[in-house]
Amino acid sequence: MQRKVRDNKAWFLVLPVFILVAFSAIVPIMTVVNYSVQDIFDQNTAYFVGAEWYREMLRNPALLDSLGRQFFFSFSVLAIEVPLGIAIALVMPTKGRMAAVSLILVAIPLLIPWNVVGTIWQIFSRADIGLFGYAVNALGIDYNYTSDPTAAWLTVLLMDVWHWTPLIALLCYSGLRAIPEAFYQAARIDRASKWAIFRHIQLPRLKSVLVIGVLLRFMDSFMIYTEPFVLTGGGPGNSTTFLSQALTQMAIGQFDIGPAAAFSLIYYLIVLLVCYAFFTAINQLDKAK
Amino acid sequence: MSLVLDNISHTVNGESFLSNINLTLESGSFNVLLGRTLAGKTTLMRLIAGLDKSTEGKVILHGKDLTDVKIQERNVSMVYQQFVNYPNLTVRENIASPLRIAKVKGSEIAKRVQETAAILQIEPFLDRFPLELSGGQQQRTSMARALVKDASIILFDEPLVNLDYKLREELRSELRGLFKERNAIAIYATTEPHEAMALGGNTTLLHEGRVIQSGAATHIYRHPDTMEAASLYSEPTINLIKGRVTDSGVSLENRVHFAMRAELEGLPNGDYMFGVLPSHIGLAPNNDDDLELNMTVELAEISGSETYMHVHNAHFELIIQLNGIHDYHTEVPVKVYLPTHKLFVFDLTGKTIQVPSSIQKGAS
Amino acid sequence: MAEIRLKSLAHSYKSKPTSPDDYAIREMNHVWHQGGAYALLGPSGCGKSTLLNIISGLLAPSNGDVLFDGKKVNDIPPEERNIAQVFQFPVVYDSMTVFDNLAFPLRNMKISEDKVHSRVIEIAAVLELSDLLKNKAKNLTADEKQKVSMGRGLVRSDVSAILFDEPLTVIDPHLKWKLRRKLKQIHEQFNITMVYVTHDQLEASTFADKIAVMYGGQIVQFGTPRELFEKPNHAFVGYFIGSPGMNLIEVKKTKSGLKFNNTLVSLNPEMQVALDRVSTSNIKIGIRPEFVHVWDDKAEGAFECDVLHTEDLGTYKIITMKLDGEVLKVRIHEDRAVPTKKAYISFPEQWLKVYVDEYLVDIEEPEDEEKETV
Repeated sequence: MQRKVRDNKAWFLVLPVFILVAFSAIVPIMTVVNYSVQDIFDQNTAYFVGAEWYREMLRNPALLDSLGRQFFFSFSVLAIEVPLGIAIALVMPTKGRMAAVSLILVAIPLLIPWNVVGTIWQIFSRADIGLFGYAVNALGIDYNYTSDPTAAWLTVLLMDVWHWTPLIALLCYSGLRAIPEAFYQAARIDRASKWAIFRHIQLPRLKSVLVIGVLLRFMDSFMIYTEPFVLTGGGPGNSTTFLSQALTQMAIGQFDIGPAAAFSLIYYLIVLLVCYAFFTAINQLDKAK
Repeated sequence: MSLVLDNISHTVNGESFLSNINLTLESGSFNVLLGRTLAGKTTLMRLIAGLDKSTEGKVILHGKDLTDVKIQERNVSMVYQQFVNYPNLTVRENIASPLRIAKVKGSEIAKRVQETAAILQIEPFLDRFPLELSGGQQQRTSMARALVKDASIILFDEPLVNLDYKLREELRSELRGLFKERNAIAIYATTEPHEAMALGGNTTLLHEGRVIQSGAATHIYRHPDTMEAASLYSEPTINLIKGRVTDSGVSLENRVHFAMRAELEGLPNGDYMFGVLPSHIGLAPNNDDDLELNMTVELAEISGSETYMHVHNAHFELIIQLNGIHDYHTEVPVKVYLPTHKLFVFDLTGKTIQVPSSIQKGAS
Repeated sequence: MAEIRLKSLAHSYKSKPTSPDDYAIREMNHVWHQGGAYALLGPSGCGKSTLLNIISGLLAPSNGDVLFDGKKVNDIPPEERNIAQVFQFPVVYDSMTVFDNLAFPLRNMKISEDKVHSRVIEIAAVLELSDLLKNKAKNLTADEKQKVSMGRGLVRSDVSAILFDEPLTVIDPHLKWKLRRKLKQIHEQFNITMVYVTHDQLEASTFADKIAVMYGGQIVQFGTPRELFEKPNHAFVGYFIGSPGMNLIEVKKTKSGLKFNNTLVSLNPEMQVALDRVSTSNIKIGIRPEFVHVWDDKAEGAFECDVLHTEDLGTYKIITMKLDGEVLKVRIHEDRAVPTKKAYISFPEQWLKVYVDEYLVDIEEPEDEEKETV
């Protein structure tokens, strides 16, 4: 009975997308691949070096350091922003005028351009004139992000939490609103505690938005550039130099195009790999149930 | 002038949804597609509307092959189960929308919207928004939208299923009236035999993608071609019991015997399936030849003015439809009376051999 | 154990109700006895869900009291009312197994795990869920989910009432009757008050021993399925119960009976006396399509009607007739001959009802019914 459609029209319809993707993604990536296997002196002088740059990059202590920092930073971000975002979503009012007011308040950090976020925190955290920096010092804690690596690192983390927790909160807020009232009513009648309601009704139903939230936050924080660049410039020392900044320094600061290209591709593969691993893990978890 | 479905089959990913559908629907006719969920009613309607293209066969309207005609050019309208209206437009603008798309003149639009709204009794709500209306009024609005343009084919895909039964009753009886003066071909899909009979018109019985039987509304009830048709077209479903005809009489499930009677005399000895309609079984004997059976009540379902009793014994189950209210607890013994002169007889392949004469008479 | 009593109960969603129309529930007194199977039946928007939420405690009434066994519970939250509720759309805890779902209310009450175990096993057997105990609740069918949500109420030994809010809405039509049967069996097995809210007369009459019909925020009749059918106490009940519903015709009072247009319907003397005391002009006569007598030919005292059309429903037919300008529906058995063009009908006295201001004029001796007083 089955008759196959022998019509190739459909391919023509997706052709424009192919062309677009080719120009926007494949061509640039191939250019980078091309750079990564050559030693480039100037426009006309380049030698093929094979995997040399890759080997060198994987041994480069500065890069390995920033890679380690990067992972630590990204996981810290997730560990703080996800629970905090859920908590904020849970306490946000759901009805009346306060619901709208709280939505706007929570959304504000998301509306500020990234470099402005950096500038705000740069001033905000200054020990001499910044409200936050001054207050912390007034409490007797020695805090100066321009000289103390730990303080600088914590400041970047704090800034990211301030900037991006609202995203998780808003995603969860919309997820919570989608839970029918009957579930809460049934849980009350079953005498479920607040924790049990969270554990058995809210959390299971937030899973799909949390997957999106965690993926977004991981990729974004893994590629963080603007805010620490504006806030600390990667310092003091290299304490807040994350991968993308190290890469930029190498490519644009030192014009080491070949090694930088190799490094970009390694970077790119790591992001893909982590996202893939994460996604698979979640799917497996789903099936196991 | 007619709509011809010429040997239509539809297969998606190797799964057959419709096979060899051949139907001719005349202009000005009201047609009911009756079938359970997944029988292929919606698939067939989508093919007629042009939302899908059948893998085989043709849709021919007034002699013209529609197979490659786009949905926008087919002049069909459709009413769905869900109340589909534009939430941001008033009822008036909702009804007017198909006319605006067809670039009808403004004065003409106003006139036709008014007329259609009057027929469907939603004039008072013309300036309200759909979501401010009750379910019944919302569905009236979407029906008005389907009726306002002079579509040659109007499709109704279980339009009343989401309404309270009282509203269903009202809209159903109005619906037939709406089509009296139209020259359109109306096709109405439903899962309920009761609704199909109440609407009348031509009924096509669909099951698992095939046409089981097609004919006037009560014709299938009185002359089912097969056991399948009889059971799909009865509500509650016709009771079916295996039986054997021998020289000494008839035995049901080898347990219940009764003497051969005039109506069944022509039957050669052998095995058969006997059918009896739920409404023909009683709690009191009506005739001398009624077969008394000791059964146990499983449940008495009461529907306001009728009672459906589910009863069983060790060998078979029966559903009985009774007028009035009969309140029984579950698991109570009860005597029921099965009229042996009102038996349908089917052979073991499911073909109808005999229909009780009392039912055929009803056709008058 | 619970007897549920509503005392001068009224509810308005407006903070300052001014007219009776502002009330979703108009003042009512009502009693549901311990262990009864009741239904609350009415069209959408009649106030039945509001009433259910007031009983369960999800909504606080604006006036009057809710009493459980004589104790006022207005201020007691749902979790302390010893009631369970089954909702329209199945509520199960997706991430838990069926066992854990059933155990959930017990565990919340800190009951010892071996008691939880035996109780869950027992209830699962009653609900025919024993084979599914290890399955995730998420993967159940709709009817199984509804059984689980009912089971969460039944496991608790302290539950004295279960409220059902249109529980069969999402169940496959051919499975509905099985679940109805299960509900009925459970009611017979457990000594629990059950209140079932629905707009469907079949659901209500099959489940309940007594049905409260709600209309416009009021209970217009509280009676058995038979009473609702044979003796509707309110014109709305006549219309709402039965399909098609009762024929209702507006009439005027005269000395010799009730009149519409040029047709006079004579009454028995008691009714005539009863009507003499009536001052309103809102009088209707009502007769069910099943009870209209159709004569084979012209007959003494029969009215002549025009036959408009006939719906042939196989086992019976519904004939729409016009009697002196009024449209009537008449139901006849499939074996009866269908009148063509003209029909002759009469209204048997026993089945002809008179409604004054929408309520039935009851001239029969009141039977020995318990009169509910509050």
